[in-house]
Amino acid sequence: MARLVVDGVHKIYPALQAGQDDVIALRDVNFVVEDHEFCCLLGHSGCGKTTLLNIMAGFESTTGGQITLDGTPVGPPHWTRTMVFQDYALFPWLTVERNIGFGLEVKGVPETERARIVAEHVKLVGLAGFETRLPHQLSGGMKQRVAIARALAVDPQVALLDEPFAALDAQNRGLLQDELVRISLATKKTMVLITHSIEEAIKLSDRIVVMTKRPGTVKANIVVDIPRPRSEDDPRVIALKKELRALIADEREVELA
Amino acid sequence: MPGASAKQPSTRLNWLSRWATMGVLLLVWEIVAGYWLPRGRPELTTLLPPPTAIFKAAIELIGSGELLTHLWQSLRRELIAFAFALAAVPLGIAMGWWKWAHEQLDPIIEILRPIPPIAWIPLSILWLGIGNAQNQFIIFLGIFFPLLINTIQGVKNVEPNLVRAARCLGASEWQILKRVVLPAALPQIFTGIRIGFGVGWMALVAAELVGASSGLGFLINDARSLLKTDVVILGMLTIGVVGLVLDLLIRKIAKRVLPWSLAAQK
Repeated sequence: MARLVVDGVHKIYPALQAGQDDVIALRDVNFVVEDHEFCCLLGHSGCGKTTLLNIMAGFESTTGGQITLDGTPVGPPHWTRTMVFQDYALFPWLTVERNIGFGLEVKGVPETERARIVAEHVKLVGLAGFETRLPHQLSGGMKQRVAIARALAVDPQVALLDEPFAALDAQNRGLLQDELVRISLATKKTMVLITHSIEEAIKLSDRIVVMTKRPGTVKANIVVDIPRPRSEDDPRVIALKKELRALIADEREVELA
Repeated sequence: MPGASAKQPSTRLNWLSRWATMGVLLLVWEIVAGYWLPRGRPELTTLLPPPTAIFKAAIELIGSGELLTHLWQSLRRELIAFAFALAAVPLGIAMGWWKWAHEQLDPIIEILRPIPPIAWIPLSILWLGIGNAQNQFIIFLGIFFPLLINTIQGVKNVEPNLVRAARCLGASEWQILKRVVLPAALPQIFTGIRIGFGVGWMALVAAELVGASSGLGFLINDARSLLKTDVVILGMLTIGVVGLVLDLLIRKIAKRVLPWSLAAQK
């Protein structure tokens, strides 16, 4: 089970200098990510979505409210909640295999068991033949495959993905999105992904949480039950895109006003 | 392959041209010291022996084993001092990682660091007497501070997301230090080793000039008192060449140990 409940979360950064206002990054954020669900947090930059993900991972704490995983409040970072970073954050001195096996190694998983799990995940992300390469010998898309495999190899309850494809070119991004859909269907992991791309959110999500800007609050919580693979010509996809665009455009007006 | 055969003479020419200035200088030196001085100012010839005389002295001292003995003594001191100075790595990691360690130790380090190792010579002679321990202490100071400063910097420059990644994959504080912070800081630690070896090597000679009965510094000073200028210059050249070889060696080891870091620098 992995049901993630975001319950009345506030995050306030105190003013750096006297006379300045405190920065309210998140205000009363509430939503639920069900078990096995793929949830996208959609919003402009500065809407606090990264802050929210960092709180889920345990890198930051809330000022008020809480996030629970299967009823237990999340605390400091733990392997049950792994993260995939936009800049990959692979260990440059470790081979693909050892990067993927890092979490298992620090957990003390015996070597034969580890080798089996690593091999399984190498295959899952389509990196067979590249096991002994170092990260600098890989393309951006391949690096992100390693990072995804590394995050899943420890068998977390939730995988958190922070704009994982933002640094990739359009072609690779599309390819990796398709791969991630396949991986999430195969592993049935609960996943939370941050994005500012409507297309990406529609392609991947079971649920899209649209966030407003400063302070970050939930503007809409949309369950997407369009069967996969989702064609861009599907009228339901077109309608959803229109809806999301309107929600996001509202935000831009707030910004201009 | 016409391309390769055309390239061959041109690289040889390049190699030649790189050494041209040095060749001309040596030639001028040889003429001045070997032919002009003995005829014009014979009383000065002992002060500036020609390159051929230094070469002769080199063959003699290498043949007798004297040069290698002194070189080995110096190298041994440098290596022993280096082994002790490696304590700067864990200390630097602690100072780069824990704020309180930095706050407590930084003021001490910042006061001690600008004191040149050579300035420690008188005190170290009083404390340790004349001999290996005193020499090694001076070299130790030369290596220690560059290594410490670079280690601290290397730790502070570790990509924060690497630490976060390790943390959410379940690594403990100790595992993060050992498996992430140390390897990530290694390129800069190697820079510290290179600088430290250089400073230590320079300090070594100064220490041996004053307080030793062996080593290259002693060889130079001893030869001075006997007015053996050729040996003085030979000793100096040996220090220069060995310093260069040590630096190249450390760079080679770094390249072997850290293939990922060199690629990342490109």
